[in-house]
Amino acid sequence: MKASNTLWKEKLAGQISENLSREIDAFDTDIALRKQDKLDERLFAETRLRRGAYGQRYDNGQRSDGQKVQRLNFPSGDLTKGPNTLWDAPGMQRIKIPAGGLNAAQLETMAELAEEYSDGIAHVTTRQDFQLHYVQIDDTPALMRRLAAASITTREACGNSVRNVTACPYAGVCQDEAFDVTPYSRALAKFLLGHPDCQNFGRKFKPAFSGCAHHACGLTSLHDLGLVAAKRVDAETGREEIGFEMYVGGGLGAVPYQAKLFDSFVSPEELLPLAQAIARVFARHGEKKNRNRARIKFLIQDLGIEKFRELVLEERKILPFDPRWTEYIKQAQAEFAETPLKPSGELPSLVAIEGLNGNSDKFKKWLKFNTRPQRQPGYVTVTVALPLGDITANQLRSLADIVRRFTKETIRTTVEQNFVIRWVSKSDVRELFSALQSVGLGDPGAGALVDITSCPGTDTCKLGISSSRGLAAELRKRVSEKSFQQDEAVQNLHIKISGCFNSCGQHHTADLGFYGVSRKIAGYAVPHFQVVLGGEWEHNAGSYGLPVVAIPSKSIPQVVTRLTDRYVAGRNPGESFRNFIKRLGKVELKKMLEDLTKLPTADRSYFSDWGDPREYTLGDMGVGECAGEVVSSVEFGLASAERELFEAQVAHESGQPGQAGEKAYQAMLNAAKALVELEYSDVSSDPEQVVSEFRARYFDTQKFFDPFAGGKFANYLFDAHRKAGQAHTSESSRYLMDEAQLFIDAAHSCYNRLGTLVTV
Amino acid sequence: MHTINLQHINVKLVLKDSDSLDHGRDLDPVIPVFHSWIQQQAFDELLLDVADYRHVQGGPGILLIGHEADYSLDNTDNRLGVRYNRKASLDGDNQERLAQAALAALSAAQRLQQDTRLDGKLYFNGHDIEIFVNDRLLAPNTAATRDVLSEGFQEFSDKLFGGIEYSLSFGSDPRRLLAVALKASRAFTVGELLENLRSSLVPAAGDLTKHGPGRAVPDAVPDRHWREELNAAQGAD
Repeated sequence: MKASNTLWKEKLAGQISENLSREIDAFDTDIALRKQDKLDERLFAETRLRRGAYGQRYDNGQRSDGQKVQRLNFPSGDLTKGPNTLWDAPGMQRIKIPAGGLNAAQLETMAELAEEYSDGIAHVTTRQDFQLHYVQIDDTPALMRRLAAASITTREACGNSVRNVTACPYAGVCQDEAFDVTPYSRALAKFLLGHPDCQNFGRKFKPAFSGCAHHACGLTSLHDLGLVAAKRVDAETGREEIGFEMYVGGGLGAVPYQAKLFDSFVSPEELLPLAQAIARVFARHGEKKNRNRARIKFLIQDLGIEKFRELVLEERKILPFDPRWTEYIKQAQAEFAETPLKPSGELPSLVAIEGLNGNSDKFKKWLKFNTRPQRQPGYVTVTVALPLGDITANQLRSLADIVRRFTKETIRTTVEQNFVIRWVSKSDVRELFSALQSVGLGDPGAGALVDITSCPGTDTCKLGISSSRGLAAELRKRVSEKSFQQDEAVQNLHIKISGCFNSCGQHHTADLGFYGVSRKIAGYAVPHFQVVLGGEWEHNAGSYGLPVVAIPSKSIPQVVTRLTDRYVAGRNPGESFRNFIKRLGKVELKKMLEDLTKLPTADRSYFSDWGDPREYTLGDMGVGECAGEVVSSVEFGLASAERELFEAQVAHESGQPGQAGEKAYQAMLNAAKALVELEYSDVSSDPEQVVSEFRARYFDTQKFFDPFAGGKFANYLFDAHRKAGQAHTSESSRYLMDEAQLFIDAAHSCYNRLGTLVTV
Repeated sequence: MHTINLQHINVKLVLKDSDSLDHGRDLDPVIPVFHSWIQQQAFDELLLDVADYRHVQGGPGILLIGHEADYSLDNTDNRLGVRYNRKASLDGDNQERLAQAALAALSAAQRLQQDTRLDGKLYFNGHDIEIFVNDRLLAPNTAATRDVLSEGFQEFSDKLFGGIEYSLSFGSDPRRLLAVALKASRAFTVGELLENLRSSLVPAAGDLTKHGPGRAVPDAVPDRHWREELNAAQGAD
């Protein structure tokens, strides 16, 4: 644990928005409560997940060292931060980056955090997030404060919540987009963040935006909510209108689903309310008990898209008007408008390129793969290709310098685990290349065969079956030089690797996809990858690949060579890899790879995975936290009441009876509101409304009544409400705290009597 | 004078002829070596996992992740070296904590040098040692911090190099960690530096090769053995 953890709050006072500050204080308190065993581990797990603090491999306290299973004797012993998850075990911190948009100061913050709390590496994910690994849970509040000071939140980065809202990184500068989706994606992210209607999902919910239907950049087809920019001409006025094709229910995982068209044209004004209505329907009707069927795609499958649409539109009709539906869009349009730093220019001439002292070949390749003309003449985007999505702290600082030098800090992360620098004047590309090159960020091949996407796999993920990063590193090494000598069609193929069937590496969308599986051979577990061929990256991941056969991990490089060679030799003129695979068919493909399913005799290396010399085992797998536990909003409300009461006790101990009394009263209100929300989700935080709704719904109906004490505990709330605003002595606040505790306990009992799986 | 509490100290021993090393072929054997250290739980720190970041240029290289500290074959700034990164807080004074980190880095370097699997390729260059303080709040990289700490680093370096002449220079980029580069005027072996530190810090202590003389703070992770050894060496209970 960092010695400075407790000092950051004071250091950053005034630099963090009040909301974010309060949220992190609450999380800090939750940590304290959990350490005192005053907060249930299941509830704490979902709380930290909704703050982006995720578990990591071996956090159950066991690890195979290749010879035996070691028990990891952490100093906090059996204290847990979730079911079967030890407190001291390092975890992963996911950091949401809406639409992938960053500025230079945020890059620098990320560098500091990677260095001080992680292992010196920041990892860009396939959903434009950052992840830091090997992070201690005790360090997370300080880490979150530093992010908050840079206007970044980790809220709802994991857990059963609305995850990062992703968007095409070329939005606003793309040559063939309908319009810039950036402000709409930012507005939706802001609107849904922490929204009460999004707190009761059975699983996660991922939105994505694309500026067009034909490129891949937004991957809207594989998202729970996909928005594709569209234009139409109004028949009556003849005016051009902008809007969105709205898709719902896409998703990868073991069985991938293509999103279904919900509406072919949603106006910008209807975007946020319709998303809100969808969230409400998902929260109300989505599966809660069986997490394997809890994504919205299953709800849509069960209901049918027509019935789902009907429910959403009914919900839309009764939504109370919210001015933020349009205000947030207007704000985002102003806030995220971009302009260039430098005047437009022209690309360097061939003569100038040849003068690059031995780097001319590399520069030419870089120019070909890593730059792309903007629709604004004289400017290009530059892709910084990150190997396996990793970047060092020093590289992040250098990147911050570079984006300040050449642009107005216009940089975004991509779903291919890279960065895109926007608004680079064409006359600056040579200098920019040199600057990137000098810090190890000038590799060519962005978006090409060498630019392999991979999830963390067995390196850090509890669900990992095979080493996706190990395989990606090996393939990258083998392909890196060769790819530029290969046939043009091969150079542009995509390789994507997942460590298991859950598809975080998006293998279904790749030409050559692989996901981790295991097979038992001669009594030993052997790491394998299932080969998935012919997925479509274009058209926002328009179709998914065909699983062909499982091959031992160590033979996968041969699979790549064999398939690409055959494609070069046997494709018809202009035939895409996807069509080539389709033409060959599964039988032929399997036959072609059949011999590679066998292990070479006497080669022990096949019993360990890439980059990991330990004998392979499945014993290190843990229980995934991807969805977290299903914790109802009532439980969160009751936990917030407990937290408030804890803070009351702290205030009382530090001689502030007034504050203690106010917090004890607030704790009761929080508990009452949690129960009211079970029946009336739109209840406000106004004490008058909370108390009157509580009285009508729980006291008058006697639902809150204790079998022995009757309505006694409810009267504590009514008394406290009547006396609200009066001064407190040390004694009166102590009584009030005792009463608040009894009221909260009674609220828990009431909720238990009502049944824990009530949905709202 | 304002004092600065140095925590989370990193010590890096720069390797000999690292420019000529092939980071693929020559460093591949480090991975099984680190795994074997986990099997043996070779140090006081609880050792957990191995992470390989050789694919990024000038990065953390190959890491042996521990709970209280990480050990690594670090390539930050494209200077390959054996690095110790203390993550858990320690009590004691700055000199003790510097010594703890240095002893840990030296012990790791010694193990690597003696490991036949590495074919004698990973040797300390004898001259260059880098110290980082991995906490910007406690030790911001400012001129004021450097002024305050300069004397303490000199005191530590005097002990480390046993009175032999050396140079000491600070990194000045305020965004980067507080960093000190030490360069000895003559080549030292790892064994000599270990001996210098041990004899200067705890003359009566026995073999403290594995352990630093800092004391874990109560809520931090206790180093399992060194406290007893240190107490024994000092005649305490």
